[in-house]
Amino acid sequence: MSSPEKWTHPGPDSPPATAAKPTAEQVIAGLRATDEGGADLVQLLTPEGERVHHPDFDIDITAEELRGLYRDMVLVRRVDREANALQRKGQLGIWVPLLGQEAAQIGAGRAMRPDDMAFPSYREHGIAWCRGVKPTDLLGIFRGTDNGTWDPVKHRFHPYTIVIGNQVLNAAGYAMGQKFDGKVGDDDGEATMVFFGDGATSQGDVHEGFVWAAVYDAPLVFFCQNNQWAISEPTERQSRLPLYQRARGYGFPGIRVDGNDVMATLAVTRWALDECRHGNGPILIEAFTYRMDAHTTSDDPSRYRLSDELELWKLKDPIERVKVHLVKQQWADQDFFDSVEAEAEQIAIELRDYCVNLPDPPAERIFSEVYAEGNPVLEAQRDEFLAYHAGFAGGEH
Amino acid sequence: MAAPTMDRPTSAAPAAVQTMTIAKAINNGLRAAMEADPKVIVMGEDVGKLGGVFRITDGLQKDFGEQRVLDTPLAESGIIGTAVGLAIRGYRPVCEIQFEGFIFPGFDQIVSQVAKLHFRTQGRLKLPMVIRVPFGGGIGAVEHHSESPESYFAHTAGLKVVSCSNPADAYWMIQQAIASDDPILFFEPKRRYYEKGEVDTTTAPSPLFQSRVLRTGTDATLVAYGPMVRTALDAAAAAEEEGRSLEVIDLRTLSPLDLPPVYESVRRTGRLVVVSEAPSESSITSEIAAKVQQECFYSLQAPVLRVTGFDTPYPPSKLEEEFLPDLDRVLHAVDRSLAW
Repeated sequence: MSSPEKWTHPGPDSPPATAAKPTAEQVIAGLRATDEGGADLVQLLTPEGERVHHPDFDIDITAEELRGLYRDMVLVRRVDREANALQRKGQLGIWVPLLGQEAAQIGAGRAMRPDDMAFPSYREHGIAWCRGVKPTDLLGIFRGTDNGTWDPVKHRFHPYTIVIGNQVLNAAGYAMGQKFDGKVGDDDGEATMVFFGDGATSQGDVHEGFVWAAVYDAPLVFFCQNNQWAISEPTERQSRLPLYQRARGYGFPGIRVDGNDVMATLAVTRWALDECRHGNGPILIEAFTYRMDAHTTSDDPSRYRLSDELELWKLKDPIERVKVHLVKQQWADQDFFDSVEAEAEQIAIELRDYCVNLPDPPAERIFSEVYAEGNPVLEAQRDEFLAYHAGFAGGEH
Repeated sequence: MAAPTMDRPTSAAPAAVQTMTIAKAINNGLRAAMEADPKVIVMGEDVGKLGGVFRITDGLQKDFGEQRVLDTPLAESGIIGTAVGLAIRGYRPVCEIQFEGFIFPGFDQIVSQVAKLHFRTQGRLKLPMVIRVPFGGGIGAVEHHSESPESYFAHTAGLKVVSCSNPADAYWMIQQAIASDDPILFFEPKRRYYEKGEVDTTTAPSPLFQSRVLRTGTDATLVAYGPMVRTALDAAAAAEEEGRSLEVIDLRTLSPLDLPPVYESVRRTGRLVVVSEAPSESSITSEIAAKVQQECFYSLQAPVLRVTGFDTPYPPSKLEEEFLPDLDRVLHAVDRSLAW
């Protein structure tokens, strides 16, 4: 029997940090203190746009592929900024910005195959884009006209889940179903990916999801976007340990990737999905990134974080480094960048037009599709309400 | 399901009518549903090798395999939450919650996902899942093993809630619930699990969402569900000896409530006593009282009376016979109603 692991609580006498060996304090702080991801961070493209190589997760990427990823990120950011502006103009009740997380989402989303299934939280506008959901289809949730209108079966993109962590268990069950259906075990296999944040890792449902996926060998990639903030609470309020290291306790691999590096995120996620479809799941990916805007349009980050922090992360912008790399490699010219900008502007115009013309649903929508097979008590309540409602239309009130 | 033995038919009944306990009837019903549809899976704690702590799933894993009868990790939110994903994938999960007092870790998934996904997606996702819940007291158990939490679920839009009271209903209602495309909470009267009755395995007694008059009467109406149906029937039999004629209605469905048969009865008898083990405040019995006074206002000869558990935590088991409605408390309420 091995002796118990020695554990020293960090104190003032702790040794200084090195790049390879963070201090205990930094471990406890989720390594935020350095805004670096630590020695285990997988990176293929530096913030300066330099291509670096990784022994395990390198990929070959063509100019066309990288232009595609760039375009995705620019368009998704434009959608996000336009929707944020629509909220400021009173056209949306609330918006949940993804600013800064474009690489994490486009890298992960583009690693998926059509037959794979995605379970988002509520900030996954970039994943929605990759799953073929029109940006306009996201607006109803935030304008208050619906709860999401895309077809989750057709797009293999589950509805947004707002209760933190619920979707992790739903995804684990779906992945179990993929396995029970015999869809796991070779190159043609299916996999599921579930998205959640650093705050969600404290939820029981996420831990239970880890347990279930592990004991059923489910083909599930847990994709945690650690954007450093759960509204006002920093990651050290959720964990002593870097989040990716939690996977070990559940018996599967955990990898921390530079979530602002679209190439690295694509490489790591593609590998993880392939492992899952071959029957080697589950796997946890921690995408180390930063929420550059507020939690939602109702939030005020100036109350809990310093603007210096944002300035630091602006230097790691996920889009800028790809642009630099494309230019350096002569993989894109000004015409390309101009055409992407024009496309982004066109999408923004369509988004605005769609949003301001989105009609309010009729009153009977309150009662529609509560049940698959009806409910006579509810139908009586609806009829009574509609009769009351009709009284106004007839001028009786 | 055990096939009726043709060479040894029971004396008076046709071969399809068998006598069995409620526990065995649910077991047979689950088996029939699993044979009829390969997408039906059973999942819960100890439901496989052990056959469940009440043996309701006895023998199912042996016959259908570990992929259709899942001994799950010990986590109720996990049971419900993964069942949601399996249902979306095309399965029809039947979850067992070992005792009703342990359902609350899964309450979030039930209320936030199970109940709302159909509405959220406007019917694009269906949740054909059943959550089986042994409930109620009377078994001398420790805390969290004797409660009646059904009102929480009846209060939640998107869920349907039913409760069986006898073997024939147990056999058929579980199959009807599994066949439904709506998520259903299936409350099983655990203290009645081993009561026997006849089950006709060829014909369902009635559709799932209908209450049923079990005994006709003229002086007052008793309404009950689950474990209290037996109590109500016993009370009606005792009252008959005193020359009182009580009508007994088994609700069977708690959400949606099927109250027209109750209205029809109360319009004849003019008196209603509602019986339930659950605490009375803001409960299914409150709802019945409210609806009946609205629909039968001019027929009522007395206020609607309720005989229920008290608005306390479930007591230590040495006190549960005081806590639970029994024949005497029901008849006392009938006396008060008749004397109004």
